[in-house]
Amino acid sequence: MSELHDTSYEPGLLAEGTFDPGERPAGIKRIPRGVEHLATEHLVVNVGPQHPSTHGVLRLVLELDGETIVNAEIVIGYLHRGIEKLGEHRRYHQLGTLMDRGDYMSGIHGELAAAMAVEQLMETEVPAKAQWLRTLMSEINRIASHMVWFGTFGLDCGAMGQFLYAMRDREALIDVLEAVTGQRMMFNYVRPGGVLADLTPEMESAIRTFLRTIDGYLDEHDALLGGNEILQMRVKGIGTLDRETAVAFGLTGANLRGSGVGYDVRRDRPYAAYPELEFDVPVGSTGDAWDRYTVRMGEMRQAVRMIRQCIDGIPEGDIMAKVPKVLRPPAGESYACVESSRGELGVHLVSDGSDMPYRFRYRPPSLYSLQALEEILPGRMFADAIMLIGSIDIVLGEIDR
Amino acid sequence: MALDRITGEHSVAFVRSEQLFDWARRNSLWYLAFGIACCAIEGLMSASGPRFDFDRMGVFFRASPRQADVMIVAGTVNHKMAETVLRLYEQMPEPKWVVAMGACASTGGPFRSYPNVVLGVDKIVPVDVYIPGCPPRPESVQYGFIQLQEKIKRQAEERNAARRDRDR
Ligand code: SF4
Repeated sequence: MSELHDTSYEPGLLAEGTFDPGERPAGIKRIPRGVEHLATEHLVVNVGPQHPSTHGVLRLVLELDGETIVNAEIVIGYLHRGIEKLGEHRRYHQLGTLMDRGDYMSGIHGELAAAMAVEQLMETEVPAKAQWLRTLMSEINRIASHMVWFGTFGLDCGAMGQFLYAMRDREALIDVLEAVTGQRMMFNYVRPGGVLADLTPEMESAIRTFLRTIDGYLDEHDALLGGNEILQMRVKGIGTLDRETAVAFGLTGANLRGSGVGYDVRRDRPYAAYPELEFDVPVGSTGDAWDRYTVRMGEMRQAVRMIRQCIDGIPEGDIMAKVPKVLRPPAGESYACVESSRGELGVHLVSDGSDMPYRFRYRPPSLYSLQALEEILPGRMFADAIMLIGSIDIVLGEIDR
Repeated sequence: MALDRITGEHSVAFVRSEQLFDWARRNSLWYLAFGIACCAIEGLMSASGPRFDFDRMGVFFRASPRQADVMIVAGTVNHKMAETVLRLYEQMPEPKWVVAMGACASTGGPFRSYPNVVLGVDKIVPVDVYIPGCPPRPESVQYGFIQLQEKIKRQAEERNAARRDRDR
């Protein structure tokens, strides 16, 4: 700033033609001596924790040069509520309750990871029907979660109408989940050893009704938001994460696949009924925000495809294995991971033979995505920051845990 | 306007300015878009979505505390967040109301035994309506807002009754 106050003027400077007056920034009458490059003072802007576009209580401290972000710092911890620590004081059956509230957008996936980790410790054989129901519910939940991402991504880019359409479709899915599990968000449906409830014929027909409309709706959504030229201009080539960076940050899920690495837990470490299903793994090429968008849209279509196969292919049988009321797994460790809506969601359990875990570790995929945000923000415009937060799809509940 | 239908066109209504304001406040409760945790999905997002459509009750979200009348505390407040909640509350202009949505905001909920969690947001700001549930359904939130409207109406009546008593 101090150079700017040094406004001593060299007469004849302009006359010599060294400066083009048209290039002078507005409001600056005289060019200070010795300033070749006019820099502006950096401004630190605090975004959040209350900000409509931070998807919860994320706080960003951005250092700006004009409109350009020079440095971004992420502050988390505003939703830390000790899910891991509380898990060490809960019985194994109760872990699902906590996992639901971690990644609250896709509760089934969290429950499934916890249940699978417990089953590994107990060496329980889960009935085939339960496996299929888990898969079916996971995929329904995946679309519901992606719908929220889709709506809010539209909001972040300035499209309000998109949000309303996405919420309409989400309600249809939540109705199905509610009919089967009894709750709209905190399902507690997947239990160690199986699932809580079976599909009734009414629920099955509700799912089939939904399947009739969803394809058309997805096309509409894609045309409305993705087909919009303004959106394409805002997201294409922005926030690029190349393959190496994405892998180095430990990204998983759509963010990793957007960067061209085709890692999907469902295919590469199969669980539940996924080995028996046919599906593709959509992969992007450059790793910009547009690729992440197309990968997620593709995932929704694949989820619809899997729901179709599930609903026709559910075998007969039990929905729950024989498990004791109080689980006391033998001492040991287990790690189970699922492909949640945001990536590889893992649960690591250490058992000491008692009825509560000795250590319960929750690997939240969003935490890794969020770290990559610090890499992609610098150099971008301020308005892109909001869009980029939307494009990596984070849930603060699982980041802070 | 509805009043026209009752009183006929070109009619003039006499009303205490206070009553008029309370009537207007009651029917345009703008809440602060401030989601903390899971409850925010139900209480703020589904609520403004097409099925529940709180907009028809005049309940709509504002992004800035300076434009908001109601703060829905939707989620678990921990000690790091508590300061922000208080500051947001202080930034809202009078008259203002607080709705504690869900078990967490009311008492600490499922995370009650964790020392970092505030045992109910009423430890920080005065709460007008508590909505039980984990998470409460959007219908419950709607019911909570109807209760808040009733409360505002009652407040006005109580104030007027007190004034009448004093004037007598
Ligand atoms: S009450 Fe339940 S749903 Fe609401 S914030 Fe707390 S844990 Fe989440």
